Amino acid sequence: MGDARRLTREDAAYVARLARLELTDEELDTYAGQLAAVLEHAAQVAALDTAGVVPTAHPLPLENVLRPDEPRPSLERDEVLAAAPAVEDRRFRVPRILGESP
Amino acid sequence: MTAPAAALAAAVRSGERSAVSVAEEHLAAIDAVDGELHAFLTVLAEQARADAAAVDAAVGAGGDPGPLAGVPVAVKDNLCTRGVPTTCSSRILEHWRPPYDATVVGRLRAAGAVVVGKTNLDEFAMGSSTENSAFGPTRNPYDPSRVPGGSSGGSAVAVAAGLATLALGSDTGGSIRQPAALCGVVGMKPTYGTVSRYGLVAFASSLDQIGPFACSVADAALLYDVIGGHDPMDSTSLDRPAPDSAAAVGQGVEGLRIGLLTEFVEGVDAPVVAAVRAGADALAAAGAAVEEVSVPQLRYGLPAYYLIAPAEASSNLARYDGVRYGLRVDAADVEAMNRATREAGFGPEVKRRIMLGTYALSAGYYDAYYGQAQKVRTLIIDAFEDAYRRFDVLIGATTPSTAFPIGAKVDDPLAMYLSDVCTIPSNLAGHPAMSVPFGADDAGLPIGVQVLAPALGETTMLRVSGALEAAAPVLGAPVVGATR
Repeated sequence: MGDARRLTREDAAYVARLARLELTDEELDTYAGQLAAVLEHAAQVAALDTAGVVPTAHPLPLENVLRPDEPRPSLERDEVLAAAPAVEDRRFRVPRILGESP
Repeated sequence: MTAPAAALAAAVRSGERSAVSVAEEHLAAIDAVDGELHAFLTVLAEQARADAAAVDAAVGAGGDPGPLAGVPVAVKDNLCTRGVPTTCSSRILEHWRPPYDATVVGRLRAAGAVVVGKTNLDEFAMGSSTENSAFGPTRNPYDPSRVPGGSSGGSAVAVAAGLATLALGSDTGGSIRQPAALCGVVGMKPTYGTVSRYGLVAFASSLDQIGPFACSVADAALLYDVIGGHDPMDSTSLDRPAPDSAAAVGQGVEGLRIGLLTEFVEGVDAPVVAAVRAGADALAAAGAAVEEVSVPQLRYGLPAYYLIAPAEASSNLARYDGVRYGLRVDAADVEAMNRATREAGFGPEVKRRIMLGTYALSAGYYDAYYGQAQKVRTLIIDAFEDAYRRFDVLIGATTPSTAFPIGAKVDDPLAMYLSDVCTIPSNLAGHPAMSVPFGADDAGLPIGVQVLAPALGETTMLRVSGALEAAAPVLGAPVVGATR
């Protein structure tokens, strides 16, 4: 990928592939232009001097949360499976995984 | 000070009004005007009647149905409701019925509230106008040719138009406060971690927070007290007692130190600036020490947000893969199915943010964009901390303009993003902030003044908001809405 300000259709196609989005050529062109505009705005932060600044991933000091290891009811299995696009033998059914023999 | 929700609950608890008649009145109003406004995606008429009847039965049996007895509440459609569609305004979840209720929905019901419906939003809460809904835009009740703001536009409109007395929204970068300002209602984003996010469909997990919409500051505090408090189902939920903030609203601002943020009036439209300055004068007249203060780091909030939020979104939305729930578009293998499903199921803004976030997280760009944005987030938090050594609260505009025409910004994402410039810093810091109606522009479009406070500063924020409300010019009734 090149400079963000010159984001090409090929750059956009690469990002779309990473994100599992099947975009049309028209969408790729539109997003390449719009992403470049947003990234140009974001260059303001890229240019700031942040030497020695600790990054913040989360507004709260996160701490591990524990609970007693006691069995309790979970979601209703049938209710969950009822929302699935395809089910077989009370499991989620998916199409062939790439490379598997049919 | 009026508090319609508190008054309604009191009337229902005393038996003076029946919850069923209140529900019928609101369902009739929805029927009459929501064809034009489109605040709701799903109206829960039968469930609302049944829940209201249960409230009346409890009152009849001498019980107390709770602090929101019989109060009609609208719920943003990114909050899970068991067995009831929860679409996030997306084709990918169009037919999904969650197998559980969000914690806040359970708390509403336990407090006696009657959920009247699920409200429209920008798809997955990504937007500032509610135009990014797969099911069509919501219209502003003060001028139906204009947007209500977003992403919680449906919830803001439901309250503004009198279709519900209270509503719940979610605020990731201003999605409660901005539509509240544009629709002339109170909107509050509580401190991160004070309200459980269990059952809120995730957009950007380090920024998302559920909060109330109401017609008055007291009602917003009432709803916050009901939904707040620790929840073991949310690992980021703060382990503290339930909030008790409603009493703060009328306490006045005598002796408080209030900073008027230069960055939240510069570049802001003149009528909005005039309202903010009038609000500041009113607070000074009420006994607060008001002083203008510049916090220049806040200017970097917007660009940092538009790297951090899309990055988190691109990760959170990876779950929509056509496997376990939601839409599936069949294809020869799993990966092709994933791609086809996401292409068909997501709308343009969601794809744009996923692309942006994926780019910001990709190899070779992570440090320059996402990593750098996280450091800027620290700078903003530090700058706020410094300002709060000198001030108890900060005030400024909620939005740079009043409601804009539908369609005005849809082709220019950056212009749309700029409407969140004053709301985003509080999300990055995890701080509470709220918008209080303060008059209107020459066209009669509502203006909001924003009150910001440090983490867990809700009580002081509500005191200041209550004082602002008491001094605010009377806002006219919306052009479209329930007859009251």
